[in-house]
Amino acid sequence: MNDVARNMDDATFRQQNPMAEFLRMERMPHIWCPGCGIGSVVTSFAEAVKESGLDMDKIAVVSGIGCTGRVAGYVKFDSLHTTHGRAIPVATGLKLANPELKVVVFSGDGDLTSIGGNHFIHAARRNMDLVVICVNNFTYGMTGGQMTPTTPTTANASTTPYGNYEYPFSLPFLADAAGATYVARWTSLNARNITESIGEALNRKGFSFIEVITPCTTLYQRRNRLGDGLDAMQYYHDDADIEHGADTRTVDITFQGKLKTGKFVDRQKPTYLDAVNTHYANVIGDDYELYGKTPMEKKAEEDAKKHGIDDLPEPELTCDSEDDA
Amino acid sequence: MSQLPHKVTADPKGVESGPHFMDGDHALAEGALAAGCRFFAGYPITPSTETAERFAERCPSVGGLFIQMEDEIASIAALIGGAWGGQKVMTVTSGPGFSLMMENIGLAVMTETPMVIANVQRGGPSTGLPTLTAQQDMMQARWGSHGDYRAISLVPDSPQECFDLAIEAFNLSETYRVPVFIMTDETVGHMHEKVVIPPADQIEVVERNWYKGPKGEYRPYQFTGKDVAPMVKAGDGHRFHVTGLTHDERGYPALTPEQNVKVVSHLINKIDSNVDKISRVEEDGIEGADVVVVSYGITSRIAIRAVQEARKSGLKVGVLRLITVWPLCENKIRELAGKIKGFVVPEINYGQIVLEIERCAAGKCKVISVNSCGGAVHDPEEILTAIKEAAK
Repeated sequence: MNDVARNMDDATFRQQNPMAEFLRMERMPHIWCPGCGIGSVVTSFAEAVKESGLDMDKIAVVSGIGCTGRVAGYVKFDSLHTTHGRAIPVATGLKLANPELKVVVFSGDGDLTSIGGNHFIHAARRNMDLVVICVNNFTYGMTGGQMTPTTPTTANASTTPYGNYEYPFSLPFLADAAGATYVARWTSLNARNITESIGEALNRKGFSFIEVITPCTTLYQRRNRLGDGLDAMQYYHDDADIEHGADTRTVDITFQGKLKTGKFVDRQKPTYLDAVNTHYANVIGDDYELYGKTPMEKKAEEDAKKHGIDDLPEPELTCDSEDDA
Repeated sequence: MSQLPHKVTADPKGVESGPHFMDGDHALAEGALAAGCRFFAGYPITPSTETAERFAERCPSVGGLFIQMEDEIASIAALIGGAWGGQKVMTVTSGPGFSLMMENIGLAVMTETPMVIANVQRGGPSTGLPTLTAQQDMMQARWGSHGDYRAISLVPDSPQECFDLAIEAFNLSETYRVPVFIMTDETVGHMHEKVVIPPADQIEVVERNWYKGPKGEYRPYQFTGKDVAPMVKAGDGHRFHVTGLTHDERGYPALTPEQNVKVVSHLINKIDSNVDKISRVEEDGIEGADVVVVSYGITSRIAIRAVQEARKSGLKVGVLRLITVWPLCENKIRELAGKIKGFVVPEINYGQIVLEIERCAAGKCKVISVNSCGGAVHDPEEILTAIKEAAK
């Protein structure tokens, strides 16, 4: 906190906070520890929303359980704080019930890929139109520093007190293999890159996955004698390399090893709802009412119907699986 | 804010008016469509799958959406999202899937999210008897999710009632912002009978109670213990927040014992204080009866045969069919217990609702359980024997 802020009374500080537009300021202070990376990701998210020019009323945030699960409760959007691992299916329901929404899932590594792993791969497989942000700190913070599916082998956790002997998931590889159409990884040091990636994800359709490696200073850092948040930033600075388009098979994370970051996947594929509408329009024809179209799209469809089914605006049918970048 | 359910007539688009010959599972889907449900998330499981199949087939022509989720946990999670996205939502399952849904049933209860979950019961425990009937999940419908709460359970005894109660389930879930279970069973689910679907303008549907106040002032909760706050849908600019944590009127976490008293007592009392409005039973020959057979679902139809036989032999036997099992019509049971010699409670489980009847009877009369381990309906003889025993 700088001097100006320090000298303000509480109400003024809340009002004048540059994040006030995006946060439920009445809920501050948040529960996150000093040096935690979650707040940085939330800041990048807010910046991305600001830059995107999207209507904030049409953005919804869904979280599961855990430290990152608390994001939904702090951001000033329609937001649901759900059960452990279930943010993605709740977000799926929300998106399908009201397709005009841009639905963002904030989730930790344990929440998203352990208890919620099945939902993660299936939402990616369907190319569900969601922005999924995974704050990966290699640990279950809320419950006291247990091992997660992303904890690097040999790292110490409270449930692997002699070091982790399991093989971790490489989340970009998992997302890519499951069918995600946008996959990026950054460290929480790369604030601008995170903002840029979230911005790209907000402005595209399909299952977009952004992994952000962050420090858990209280548990993971301390238990592994890795110093504080600043030491984590030094590690990210020294050992993270940007390699856009890297083959996701090569982006494994080892304990304090080199980190590959960047935008790995960006491809076009019909989203779940596009597929629903294209398929039914083809199979059922005139009797099918396109699902979840905006009033403008509906009007265009009606106009097209007057001229026959052939003039229907053709939703993207082809699967261009070219990995650009 | 006083809450009057906003009643309208059904959207004709979803109503296939006229006489049909269909099974209970299909009738559930038709009832849901008539009630205005346009969002169904489900996972295949015998003997409930036909409901999902019917919905999948019907929804493209009525502007609805069916999604087959990856499991039952995802299905009910999608309902929670779907409801807050503005839709009337439904899923259908059977025992194993019902077990998987329990945690998020708690989330739906806690966030006061309306939804309808049909459980076409089959024999258990575990995989049990997938294709054979049972009523073994009745207590699970009452107590299955952790913590103290109330939900509503309706039990149809025929395909026609599957249709009728599906509409009622939606109406109750909207009125009380609570998950409503339709606890049917394999026999009713797979039984084909005549189902008459009335014209749309004769079907009464409760619309969601939408918040109409200014932006920035919406409160998703009011802890009155009587009625519930109106709802909004995501995207309307109210920036609501809901959580499974104990919360205040704004939906913000408030983790104190005092707040939990407010929340939990509201969740319980909004149902308990409205039992008379929610509870529905069917009575026959109760007045002056010595024995009352309390039954529900398919078992009540078997019990009719036993009751007829008993009456032929001169016994005074009444029938109390529970259409609403939860909340239970406790006052009625208590009142009857003081007047009759005994209750007979046949059910296709090892004795579940009979425990409640015993509790309410409180020793004032006999309570005889006619239990069964599942897999088949009763032989009416067993019920008749119990009636004779109770009449002694």
